[in-house]
Amino acid sequence: MDYIDPHIHMVSRITDDYERLARSGCVAISEPAFWAGFDRGSAEAFRDYFSQLIDFERSRAAQYGIQHFCWLCINAKEAENVTLSREVISLIPEFLDRPGVLGIGEIGLNKNTPNETTIFTEQVDFAASRDELILIHTPHLEDKYLGTRMILDVLTSDSRVKPERVLIDHVEEHTVKRVLDAGYWCGMTLYPITKCTPARAADIIERHGTERIMANSAGDWGPSDPTAVPKFIFELRRRGHSEATIRKIVYDNPIQFFSQSKRFDFTPRT
Amino acid sequence: MNQRPAANVLENDFLTIRHAILNVAAGLDRIDEGSDNATAKDDHRIQQIKNALAILAEPDLGRAERVQLAFSRPYEPGWNKK
Ligand SMILES: [Zn+2]
Repeated sequence: MDYIDPHIHMVSRITDDYERLARSGCVAISEPAFWAGFDRGSAEAFRDYFSQLIDFERSRAAQYGIQHFCWLCINAKEAENVTLSREVISLIPEFLDRPGVLGIGEIGLNKNTPNETTIFTEQVDFAASRDELILIHTPHLEDKYLGTRMILDVLTSDSRVKPERVLIDHVEEHTVKRVLDAGYWCGMTLYPITKCTPARAADIIERHGTERIMANSAGDWGPSDPTAVPKFIFELRRRGHSEATIRKIVYDNPIQFFSQSKRFDFTPRT
Repeated sequence: MNQRPAANVLENDFLTIRHAILNVAAGLDRIDEGSDNATAKDDHRIQQIKNALAILAEPDLGRAERVQLAFSRPYEPGWNKK
């Protein structure tokens, strides 16, 4: 089955992973700007990173027949440095109109600190003022519930934010309902230990339905599996769900959400 | 949307559940058998584990969500109005 991985960090993966993705049916990916595992020393490092996402990864993916899209921002972890964050935000306009850039992301919270909240609010404002799509990272583990509630509070307090143009990622059992009920899109991340397993993600689908929901691998430099989405597809199939139901989550839904960006120039396989 | 007979789900998932519970039991033993285990006993995560285990024994649905909440920091309404 053709599928789209709506959240994966290919800058951290080797070229063999592109081949594995292509062999497993992946036709497109969206790569949010994120924390590289270390704090960058200057805004110039982000200029290079944005170029890598927009040019290098796009062409590396194309060699395997995978269409690459990306998101730009200062991530929640490095947002603790407010001065650096504002310098990075000021760089974004020069990259925003490049092909394949879908919007602002993954912004959000990490440890739910005041500085993170300040920069998250400023990036929501930046995106809203330009009517850009937004992709949001919710915190890990014990910080997720509180952080997701805080993120929803910030989004609700900006009347320009349209929920149908926001994707809130890494939802789990305790956050998914609130996100969907408020009209946002959501993503479930398939991680072996710290997030959803394919079985728990399938449970969430059976409980909350297939509207405005997608599944991703969030493959990055840490323990993660870039081909996690096919495992989720297999789990749904094993439970007897129709191909149309599965396809809606892993293909139609990402296309429907991303198509709200004029720079989503996706061509389906013929 | 889960239309599968419960007996089939049990058949499919029994070994996975057994495996998970055994891991919990062995993990708790490992902590208790460690030296100076009094320090670990005061760790707030031990209380989180105990709360989560109590949730498993509850009869009503939504256990996974309640276990998640047992391992979560609480939300304070009005945090942004301070
Ligand atoms: Zn990410």
